[in-house]
Amino acid sequence: MKKLSIRNIDQGAIMKLNKILKNAFLITVACLALSACATSQKAGQMQGDVYTGTDTVEYLASGVPDRVFFATNESVLTTASRETLRKQAAWLRKNSKITIVLEGHADERGTREYNLALGERRANAAKDYLMTYGISSDRISVLSYGKERPVDSGSNPLAWSKNRRSVTVKAN
Amino acid sequence: MFRIFLIISFVLLPFKAFALIEVDITRGNLNPLPIAVSPLSIDENSRKSFEKVLKKKNIGSEISLIVENNLKTSGLFNPLNKDAFLQAPDIANLKPRFEDWNLIKAQALITGKVNFVDEKLRVEFRLWDVLAGKEMMALAFTTVPNNWRRVGHIITDKVYERLTGERGYFDTRIIYVAEEGPKTRRIKKLAIMDQDGANNKFLTLGNELVLTPRFNPTSQMVTYLSYFRNLPRVYLLDIETGMQEVVGDFPGMTFAPRFSPDGKKIIMSFAKDGNSDIYTMDLENRIVEKITNHPSIDTSPSYSPDGKYICFNSDRSGYQQIYIMKSNGTNVKRISFGRGLYGTPVWSPRGDLIAFTKLHKGKFYIGVMRTDGSGERLLTENFYQEAPSWSPNGRVLIFYRETKTDQKGEGFSAKLWSIDLTGYNERLVNTPTDASDPSWSSLLSN
Repeated sequence: MKKLSIRNIDQGAIMKLNKILKNAFLITVACLALSACATSQKAGQMQGDVYTGTDTVEYLASGVPDRVFFATNESVLTTASRETLRKQAAWLRKNSKITIVLEGHADERGTREYNLALGERRANAAKDYLMTYGISSDRISVLSYGKERPVDSGSNPLAWSKNRRSVTVKAN
Repeated sequence: MFRIFLIISFVLLPFKAFALIEVDITRGNLNPLPIAVSPLSIDENSRKSFEKVLKKKNIGSEISLIVENNLKTSGLFNPLNKDAFLQAPDIANLKPRFEDWNLIKAQALITGKVNFVDEKLRVEFRLWDVLAGKEMMALAFTTVPNNWRRVGHIITDKVYERLTGERGYFDTRIIYVAEEGPKTRRIKKLAIMDQDGANNKFLTLGNELVLTPRFNPTSQMVTYLSYFRNLPRVYLLDIETGMQEVVGDFPGMTFAPRFSPDGKKIIMSFAKDGNSDIYTMDLENRIVEKITNHPSIDTSPSYSPDGKYICFNSDRSGYQQIYIMKSNGTNVKRISFGRGLYGTPVWSPRGDLIAFTKLHKGKFYIGVMRTDGSGERLLTENFYQEAPSWSPNGRVLIFYRETKTDQKGEGFSAKLWSIDLTGYNERLVNTPTDASDPSWSSLLSN
């Protein structure tokens, strides 16, 4: 699989720059689809080990997803997470009376106490980002569940990726 | 044949008499010591009295069954089948016929007697060296009849101590989290039981999530994490009175609590703004002290038995590793350097080892290392297991293990397991429900 994609990029090297980028993107998508098929999961739901699907996502309002996902042991916000949080911030600015709880979660592949801390760190990463987009910290509280409340009870990488999340919940 | 055997054993006796039996517990014991536990003898009047009070037909036999089960579970002893016993319990307790016990290959023999005296349970028992033909120990004690199970545990502790040279761990209890329901909406309650699984009792109702209960040194108090009103905070619970209180007044999540070895402080993590640090609170004057001050996650603190040091879990190197420091927070030193991630360090009650959970290449291990990080030894490998807790004599670890779910996300279970420090004698600890986060008490009869 890796060899294949490298060869294809080599061929693309003779194309124009924009075409290279376009091709590389298509190849990446193809790779994801293939690897997903190989593990008999639903197609294209993870990038690296961050969940990119929408199975578990709920919406705070139309077009405002309620949750963001993280890589294993990480609390760094991905590009997609930041986009989701900007949408949440816009929605919160429009609905200035709403207060929220950010619920931070970890997957089951870690010790309980460390995961409690990790959940708190993830929820705070989301909180910090919302604050930089003008949401007052008074309106945000943080609650870590560690690995206590998975959404997917599976013991596989896809399930774990859905469980590594920070969920924004309306508090009032 | 028998005659020849008897003659040989007689001849050997004088030589053996100088070296009383001993059980070596420092190595994995592949040849458990054959021991005969003769039922404690009981006179008919006492038997009837106990039957009335305790609803047990023969309390003498019941107590000896507890002793037998404890000895077997330790992995160091092989209690022999009672059907082969030739001598009646009452006569054996007066003067064992060592030839008879030798014949069934018993090396040690426990005999005893139970009496009903002034509404109380009086027990005497003796430990005999069969080969040497000598009494090794004789003890008697009196207690309320309801304590009969504890009597069995105390006898085991005394026998274990006499034969191994180490304190026992049988008259102890385990506090743990009882679990029920689907993985996504697990209901958790605090539960307490005797070390052998008897007398199980739930301490909370399951209305709120509870985690990580730990005993204080006298085993009368428990500190744990509760999500009461959705505010995860460290609580203190008095087991006898059922009184509960929040520990400290922190504006955020407190977790990972343990007592200091003198029982006067609780050490725990406090999480704020994405950063967890370690704090202590003095239970008498309520003074809170910050022990670590680092932007990383610092959690799972555990004191050395002399209270001078603390081991803890931190990801300040980028990943979860084990560190030690002085109890005032100075001299922080990383001690885990093997491959993989390390968590849940717990200092051994003997002071020489730290038990931990390790994650490496998708497998979880329970292991031990010396307090300077050397001599790492992995005792058991599995899909998921964590949170070791030491037996009070530092010879056995109890932990919990979770199973992998199937394709449909079903088949999940969480159970308690125990394993010897040697890596041998891994055993499932029976609990009425699923179970996790075990904490072993101190010896109750100190």
